[in-house]
Amino acid sequence: MVSPRAAAAAVVDPEIRVLTIEELGVLRDVSVDPASGRVIVTITPTYSGCPAMDVIRSDVEHAVRAAGHPDVVVETALRPAWSTDMISESGKAKLAAAGIAPPGPVLLQLAPRCPHCGSPDTEQLSRFGSTACKALWRCRACTQPFDHIKAL
Amino acid sequence: MTTVATTRDELLAIGDDALVAAQRLAQWCSRAPEMEEDVALANIALDQLGVARLVLSMVDNEDTLAFQRDDREFRNCLLVELPNEDFAVTIAKLLFLSAFQLHRYVALSTGHGQLADIAAKARKESAYHVDHATLWTIRLGDGTQESHRRMQDAVDELWPYTHELFVGNDLRATWLSTVEPALATATLQRPADGWAPSGGRAGLHTEHLSYLLAEMQVLHRAHPGARW
Repeated sequence: MVSPRAAAAAVVDPEIRVLTIEELGVLRDVSVDPASGRVIVTITPTYSGCPAMDVIRSDVEHAVRAAGHPDVVVETALRPAWSTDMISESGKAKLAAAGIAPPGPVLLQLAPRCPHCGSPDTEQLSRFGSTACKALWRCRACTQPFDHIKAL
Repeated sequence: MTTVATTRDELLAIGDDALVAAQRLAQWCSRAPEMEEDVALANIALDQLGVARLVLSMVDNEDTLAFQRDDREFRNCLLVELPNEDFAVTIAKLLFLSAFQLHRYVALSTGHGQLADIAAKARKESAYHVDHATLWTIRLGDGTQESHRRMQDAVDELWPYTHELFVGNDLRATWLSTVEPALATATLQRPADGWAPSGGRAGLHTEHLSYLLAEMQVLHRAHPGARW
């Protein structure tokens, strides 16, 4: 049987489908109440208005139930506020491989490298992109536009 | 030290500022001057809506509060309900509002409890909103004669409404330290303080809020309790 933790951790982010919610830093905790056997999953939103939260909540419930743990509740924690520093190294590598420039450390805001050709010669087109957590950039070297997860 | 908001009216003020701002910003969707800006304003609206939902949920059911209150029951400042009009007006409004929200959230985030947790998250988003509004203010103010004139008109028109933001708090000096340098860099005149309309925090609004609510609430009122 798959453990509740493994089941919840394998849920994929509905907006950035190359990442699991664990790699994104959205999964905070999975605990099992020893008396009732209830699974309590704690998640945190990337942005206050992230429209993916309802889908993530529902996907987590389904995944944990499908793993053989019918009694599951999903709770939301806001503190500590999510930061792009919480995206795992494997998560950042997967973002880059999918053509989405991963964020650097929050305190060190450098221009992202182009995820297509690797050039550092990039420019920001807009601070806001296709989802709440992304900005729109363009590579001056290969002229391709790309999404960048902005440091938060 | 700013008092941490705890009363129902204080929570409604924070939540309603964000909710009404979200609705106004969303009205730019598909109408902004360029596609990137369309996406940007919609994203900022989404951030505002997210905070509104979290804060209003501390008071009561968020849907009941958003869709079943009349204008007199809203506690938002007048600034956020004013019509979008010129794009420069939207940018000036966003600069004034987001700079206020940033400092308010920073002050609230030093406390404890649910509101402090919400504020600690929202302040990071507000910082992006301030950046965005500042960039546009400079671009328009320090741009062509026409864009400068329209940006200055917008700042002059909205300045009186900024006084209401600081009723019951001491954030104006901090707010000015954000807004004045932005106006100066944009080669814009900082208007003199004078007329200071208010009433929003007591439920006395401009007629513009009623039209905004009519649009926002019509579906819910026509089909109470409908789900999909």
